[in-house]
Amino acid sequence: MKFSANSVWENKDHYDVVVIGAGHAGCEAALACARLGYQTVIFTVSVDSIALMPCNPNIGGSSKGHLVRELDALGGEMGKVIDQTFIQSKMLNKSKGPAVHSLRAQADKARYSRTMRMVLENQKRLEIKQQEVVEILTHETVDEQGNKKHKVKGVQTYSGAVYKCKAVILCTGTYLKARCIYGDVSMNTGPNGLQAANYLTESLKNLGIKMYRFKTGTPARIDRNSVDFSKMEEQFGDERVVPFSFTTNPEDVQIDQASCWLTYTNEKTHEIIRNNLDRSPLFSGMIEGTGPRYCPSIEDKVVKFADKNRHQVFIEPEGLETNEMYIGGMSSSLPEDVQYEMYRSVPGLENVKIVRNAYAIEYDCIDARQLKPTLEFRNIDGLFSGGQFNGSSGYEEAAAQGLIAGINASRKLDGKDGIIIDRSEGYIGVLIDDLVTKESNEPYRMMTSRAEYRLLLRQDNADQRLTPIGYKAGLIDEKRYQKLLTKIKCIKSEIERLSHVHVGTSKEVQEFLERNGSTPLTSGISLKELVRRPEISYHMIEQFDKDRPELPADLKEEIEEQIDISIKYEGYINRQMRQVEQFKKLENKKIPEDMDYDAVKSLRIEAVQKLKEYRPISIGQASRISGVSPADISVLLVYLGGR
Amino acid sequence: MIYKETETIAAISTAVTEAGIGIVRMSGDRAVEIADKVYKGKKKLEDCASHTIHYGYVKDGDETIDEVLVMLMKGPRSFTGEDTVEINCHGGVYVVKKVLETLIKYGARPAEPGEFTKRAFLNGRMDLSQAEAVIDIIQSKNEYALKSSLSQLKGNIKNKICDIRNKIIYHTAFIETALDDPEHISVDGYGDTLRVAVDELLSELKELIDSSDNGRVIKEGINTVIVGKPNAGKSSLLNALLGEERAIVTDIAGTTRDVLEENIRLQGISLNIMDTAGIRDTEDIIEKIGVDKAISYAKDADLIIYVIDASVDLDDNDYEILKLLQEKQSIILLNKSDLTMILGKKEIREAYFAGNPAKETFEIPVIEISVKNGKGIKELENVLKEMFYHGNLSFNTEVYITNMRHKKALQDAYDSLCKVIESIDIGMPEDFYSIDLMDAYESLGNITGETLGEDLVNEIFSKFCMGK
Repeated sequence: MKFSANSVWENKDHYDVVVIGAGHAGCEAALACARLGYQTVIFTVSVDSIALMPCNPNIGGSSKGHLVRELDALGGEMGKVIDQTFIQSKMLNKSKGPAVHSLRAQADKARYSRTMRMVLENQKRLEIKQQEVVEILTHETVDEQGNKKHKVKGVQTYSGAVYKCKAVILCTGTYLKARCIYGDVSMNTGPNGLQAANYLTESLKNLGIKMYRFKTGTPARIDRNSVDFSKMEEQFGDERVVPFSFTTNPEDVQIDQASCWLTYTNEKTHEIIRNNLDRSPLFSGMIEGTGPRYCPSIEDKVVKFADKNRHQVFIEPEGLETNEMYIGGMSSSLPEDVQYEMYRSVPGLENVKIVRNAYAIEYDCIDARQLKPTLEFRNIDGLFSGGQFNGSSGYEEAAAQGLIAGINASRKLDGKDGIIIDRSEGYIGVLIDDLVTKESNEPYRMMTSRAEYRLLLRQDNADQRLTPIGYKAGLIDEKRYQKLLTKIKCIKSEIERLSHVHVGTSKEVQEFLERNGSTPLTSGISLKELVRRPEISYHMIEQFDKDRPELPADLKEEIEEQIDISIKYEGYINRQMRQVEQFKKLENKKIPEDMDYDAVKSLRIEAVQKLKEYRPISIGQASRISGVSPADISVLLVYLGGR
Repeated sequence: MIYKETETIAAISTAVTEAGIGIVRMSGDRAVEIADKVYKGKKKLEDCASHTIHYGYVKDGDETIDEVLVMLMKGPRSFTGEDTVEINCHGGVYVVKKVLETLIKYGARPAEPGEFTKRAFLNGRMDLSQAEAVIDIIQSKNEYALKSSLSQLKGNIKNKICDIRNKIIYHTAFIETALDDPEHISVDGYGDTLRVAVDELLSELKELIDSSDNGRVIKEGINTVIVGKPNAGKSSLLNALLGEERAIVTDIAGTTRDVLEENIRLQGISLNIMDTAGIRDTEDIIEKIGVDKAISYAKDADLIIYVIDASVDLDDNDYEILKLLQEKQSIILLNKSDLTMILGKKEIREAYFAGNPAKETFEIPVIEISVKNGKGIKELENVLKEMFYHGNLSFNTEVYITNMRHKKALQDAYDSLCKVIESIDIGMPEDFYSIDLMDAYESLGNITGETLGEDLVNEIFSKFCMGK
């Protein structure tokens, strides 16, 4: 053992589940397990860093906002906490179709972290422990086929303490063998100078887990008092804020909002960067990890998009009780002196004081293709993982996986099948399917373009899609579920009713249409047809709808919105629903876990290798593996059909 | 690509030749629905009992294509276990193809090789012991189809399609980048830009579709290569068969330097005929390229026609060519029979079998011919016909099916792009454009053999600068 424990001591208290790491994934995982009835302990290297936001001060954003809404619909916590701690909120892409509307909130980082910590502290059956876990304890089992498999039996901490348990959820984020770098400065710490976890990697490798080394980065934090805001554009939040959580009363989020500020880099900034590229650890080869293409450092942007003479820079508050501000758009790992020079070339930042330097961070994570779609390791019984450790990036992606890992670890202890959200049910499904099915060389970020059925996977209908699953899992209470059923029923019956109510070419109607910039009618049409017009909404035509029933007051706005969207985009929605039907047919063709691919004649060698490596659960998943051709899928179908 | 397993498929299930009748078969959930769109009889097929035969017409809109008998077999009591419709047409390659094309136009998809059998198996209509045989058919035929589809796709057409795809994904990536990072990139008003771009793509696609109607994307027919020494009369033969002066004919040996390609029909058999440079050992660099090409075409041919100048003796070049013929279906023509013939059928046969004693049981057709006065041309046609109907030569139906698939893919892409224009016109938000753009991209990918994969995400990252 590399760690310093002299004696091994066993904590004899009863634990069902151990969660390692208390970031966004770990918090959701631990809360889910405890709420589902399991005695859970969550380990963190620092209790003060529970639910820390070490990078940008935002929750949500394009497609990430969808994840938070889905998480909330399933019974997760993130949405509720950000609703209590945001300081500015915007619905992005509001002028676009409903599928790409996405919430993005500025968080008060410290309050977010404290609020989430309080939720954990007050959760029954959940215990918080500040300690570094250094080893996963397992024993070997042999299954019916005679295959040896590891089975989790507990963990050991740096102090030598052993905690026995039935399931372990790894949510180590960016902490494993973390190294922070800028210029020629390199520190073996986690984000924000926090202690790295240096021992667990070895233990995981000993269990046969394949590790990757990924890299990401963050910009500097600056002192608000050193910023000249008169040279920047002020960015306000939305006038009417929409909450993340379906359980939050919209009135509670109409607060006084803080502002963000927009400024730009310029040729001088770029010149400073270009002149110092040789001092960047990225270009000198000091950093070996693979960085994400979607979150390039400013030096990456300047090199790769040399034709752009300026890049946007957002100055965002880190909270209300601090003067620190985040420089969105200028993450960097250039040396400290270059950072000063480069930031100070930006209008408004001429005299800026840097509180925390920008840095790049490298860390160990896994090749998530070793996981089942339930987020359990294929070869290690009872070991689950979620979050950045799985090769993703982003708080929201992490939280979503943490919740699913938590639900499925609990279900495993219950002896139930895992819950798998498929690509047609949620962004969470797309996220996990991509992670466990596709090879990735960089941290994975959610994007709306990754969701092939995105017209169905809207942030506005996340509850209709996923709350029934959350209810089934046991994280949604009866009252909330019944409310949802009422909502769904009202939407359906209203749309149906509207198709039978007609309006004629009365003067009243024509005048109404004209007033709203809509073409007058030539003959009578149904109200449904009327709502189909882009400039007309369900709410507007109440006067022509004599028999309109009273909608439940607390659901009225939501129901009206759903009616509008369902009718206006009906053609596109139906098209995607037909595609989903086809998609489901292949998803539902399951491949047995003990499938012997070597026995299938005529599969190409490459396909056999890939299939053996991934062990897809369905023909649908198999078809998404690169290297498996449509002909291979045909062969598999025939082979399985013949069993 | 992944939805293929459940689509309704159609194919010509009789040999694609000039025959008395031809049968087009269609199977799948929508078989009856699609058939009803083109079949005009007394009753809708939907209202007819299973396992009945109906008389009527196949029509594409107002245009009557053929008088037919339609056999209706509802699943699971059919070969495939699915709803199946078989249309008996009045033979004739043209009519049978036209019926199939009409079904495809109204929603069916050309069947993959072995697909009917595969479905029969999957639906439990075949014995389990046949699984392996079914798998073998699928695998071998698919490989062949893929190979033929890619290798026969003409370079310029492939380039055009790739070019269109690149443009489509560029625009999609721009829209998607803006949606993913709306605070850095604005896509407002992009509809106008896109409209111009898509209009251009539509006319490019239209051109490709039209050319696939006439010349076909891939040339169909029996790949026939005319080989011989320089000045043996190969180009004259091509012209004689075509009935026009297509190839330049001179007395100068080595006139034809590239490969000329023509499609001709002889006795109802479609020949894709290629005239090549005369094969000889040459120092001329350009001629040498032509000779190498001739040899490589001959190696890939379904049929080789070897033209020999019978008025001169055989030399080393002839023996080289005879070697090419060994593994192939071939016909030897003794040309210039109007002049004094030094070579006769006997000498040629001897020379041919000298290279391969094992072939002695095999009778190679040798015909005396005079391209100049037309003697022997009729005999050549008869020999071709005989070889074809005895099955020595087979019409390459894969190529036909590939063509049909390509055309459908082009049409699908065209339709998708039309929907983009429609969305722009009715003022849909920008995110709706990418749905149909990506559909078009995927359809075209089916032609070039490229799957979707991570193309869009890669394009987004490589072409556009995202924030943070």
